Amino acid sequence: MSRSTSTLEIRTSPHILSGHSVDTIMFNVVLALLPTTIFAIYAFGLAAVLTLATAVGSCLLTERLTGTSPQGSTLGDWSVTITGLLYGLTLPPGLPLWMVAVGGVFGVFVGKTLFGGLGLNTFNPALIGRAFLQAAFPGAMTSWVAGFAPGRFVSLPSSTLTPPLSQPIYDGITGATPLAAWKFERVATGSGELALGFVSGSLGETSSLLILLGGLYLIARNMMSWKIPLTILTTVVAFSGALHLIDSERYATPWLMLFSGGLMLGALFMATDMVGSPMTAKGTLIYSVVIGSLVVVIRTWGGMPEGVMYAILLGNALSPQIDRWVRPKLYGAPLRGRG
Amino acid sequence: MKLLGLKTFRHGVHPPESKSATSGLAIRQFPFAPVLVIPLVQHMGRPSIAEVQEGQEVTRGQRIARADGFMSVSMHAPASGIVRRIALTPSISGRMVPGVFLEPYPGSTQEIADGTPCPLETATAEQIVAAIQDAGIVGLGGAAFPTHVKLAIPEGKSVDTLIINGVECEPYLTTDHRVMLEQRDDLFMGIRYLLKVTGAARAIVGIEANKPDAAEHLRAGLPDDLPATVEVLSVKYPQGAEKMLITALLGREVPSGGLPLDVHALCVNVATTAEIGRLLPRGRGIQERVITVSGPAVERKGNYRIPIGTPLRFLLEEVGVADDVNRVFLGGPMMGAAASTLDIPITKGTSGVVAFTDREAASTHRHVYPCIRCGYCLDACPIFLDPSQLGILALNGEHGRMAEEQHLMDCFECGCCSFVCPSHIPLVQQFRIAKRTVRKAKSAS
Repeated sequence: MSRSTSTLEIRTSPHILSGHSVDTIMFNVVLALLPTTIFAIYAFGLAAVLTLATAVGSCLLTERLTGTSPQGSTLGDWSVTITGLLYGLTLPPGLPLWMVAVGGVFGVFVGKTLFGGLGLNTFNPALIGRAFLQAAFPGAMTSWVAGFAPGRFVSLPSSTLTPPLSQPIYDGITGATPLAAWKFERVATGSGELALGFVSGSLGETSSLLILLGGLYLIARNMMSWKIPLTILTTVVAFSGALHLIDSERYATPWLMLFSGGLMLGALFMATDMVGSPMTAKGTLIYSVVIGSLVVVIRTWGGMPEGVMYAILLGNALSPQIDRWVRPKLYGAPLRGRG
Repeated sequence: MKLLGLKTFRHGVHPPESKSATSGLAIRQFPFAPVLVIPLVQHMGRPSIAEVQEGQEVTRGQRIARADGFMSVSMHAPASGIVRRIALTPSISGRMVPGVFLEPYPGSTQEIADGTPCPLETATAEQIVAAIQDAGIVGLGGAAFPTHVKLAIPEGKSVDTLIINGVECEPYLTTDHRVMLEQRDDLFMGIRYLLKVTGAARAIVGIEANKPDAAEHLRAGLPDDLPATVEVLSVKYPQGAEKMLITALLGREVPSGGLPLDVHALCVNVATTAEIGRLLPRGRGIQERVITVSGPAVERKGNYRIPIGTPLRFLLEEVGVADDVNRVFLGGPMMGAAASTLDIPITKGTSGVVAFTDREAASTHRHVYPCIRCGYCLDACPIFLDPSQLGILALNGEHGRMAEEQHLMDCFECGCCSFVCPSHIPLVQQFRIAKRTVRKAKSAS
């Protein structure tokens, strides 16, 4: 009481907080993506560096210019950094940088700003950006520069620096992704190669183990729902496993399904996006089963070899409705049907 | 439901307990302040009517105000001394309320005056209820609801289980813990009175697993003829809330808008029960209560038996506070109200005084982000509300819709949603404001 001028602060309870904060959660998601990012750079070299930098840069710039908040810049919450990084990791290595930038601007502006910014974006902005590119440049989005090329740290694939508004020319070897190899040629890739990531594919989808590592870190820090990835992956394995048992000639093994394409990255880092996933426990379960099933349905019977992106976007769209369906009973309210 | 073998309720949060600094400290008598201020409103209900005049001498324990009708209780002199004036005093709610300013005699032996005893064996249920009202007993857990009102069981309602609430789930607070350890006989006596009034067949004392010594102590001393058991619950906030405790112990849900009586239960706090057992046999009234004084800014933390009416300023000077004391609140950190001035007196409902330094206070000054629909608040709310949606409606001023569509009035402001919100949205604060406007609108129509 010696401080005679001391003032008392009046605040309403609670006077303590759990310590969780949007910015720390988002920052840790960025940290969790670093192993995957580093592996992408190791696998694809300079092209990965430039692609990821362009993706993150275009997203940050768009958010800075169009994102509105009464409290000033919204970059500090780290959410758009995640968007940029995730978006970049879903792109094929060697995609022309101008296309990368276009998708980034589209994803953040249309996928986030127009919906009202953080918290109001129905869809995952990274996937909106990717979906736009998939529709606009289907050729470039399915051309896969092979990884681990000898000169990858000093030279770029010819396609990367394609001038804006012109189509890329691929000179090197473009490989088929494991899913495409299965779908179009019925060639099964070994599960060891799949898990470790020594295959063709988008920048960040190749090493399932490193993605899992990042996810486990977030789950351990209670910053990510373990229910969503676990349910999605279980659904995929169960559904595709059942198909494989019925006809192993026509349907891929569940291991190929599990460790290939964007499933790991999508299940752990995109389907778990808090904004686009349901809030109720039951809703989360339904949402995850829907996404897992759609992945198998699209991959198996759809026109494209990969379906994770559309499965998650559809899941995002359904989330609010799922939450309304499974709204938990209020404490002390009569059971449904009794009044 | 059960968790790891211990009973509990669904949802809720686990704030740091912060109880170790005081849980091992025995209750100590607190000195008299130079002037005690006894507000005539210390309870929920009508203000008491003063029975003393300015300049009048009073004896410690003497009744100084009588109940104004049923929704009111008596007040007793916390010290022998002289009534200096009867005037307005600031209160924790921010309003000025009438109070009796009492100056204790420095040289007095401070003997407590006995009143008309209410013997357990011979008193009827009605006589016990009246004695509880006359002893000025209110819920000492913090709500300060007149206990006798709870005990007046209306025609057609019955109680099968009396629940004695020794949960004390608020961080920092250890008063109930100490009372269970040090006033076991008072507690058992109080349970006997309550069983007689309610006609309940049994009593259950609910204690959280972080107070194993209290549970053990009570179990060891349970008289054979007392139909009471001690149940240890897993540690979770807000288990001390009446509804949560009933659900944890009995598996019954109190209906929305209803009372524990609707599920044949009645809940009384352990400190309140112990006071009933201590005061009624001698016809005395409440003139002091046990309060935990704790928090990082407090130098001599402890559990003190403090005279009602002790000014907060005197209390903090006696225990010593850090130079950078920043926030002082009455009750625990989850639901306690911050004091806007140190000139407010301790009342019957004050279970704790917690003082924060700049450092702890600053940890709640956080940037408010938009709701990111993480759903943490849905998993925390013990009432199964949708605080996220309520918060969005509150932001748009849709208070009516909050009540009609989202069950706003079922919220009892435990603070779990605000505690977990990573966007630091002041959810509970918004709900309090909304509840006020809804109540106003209702009473106006």
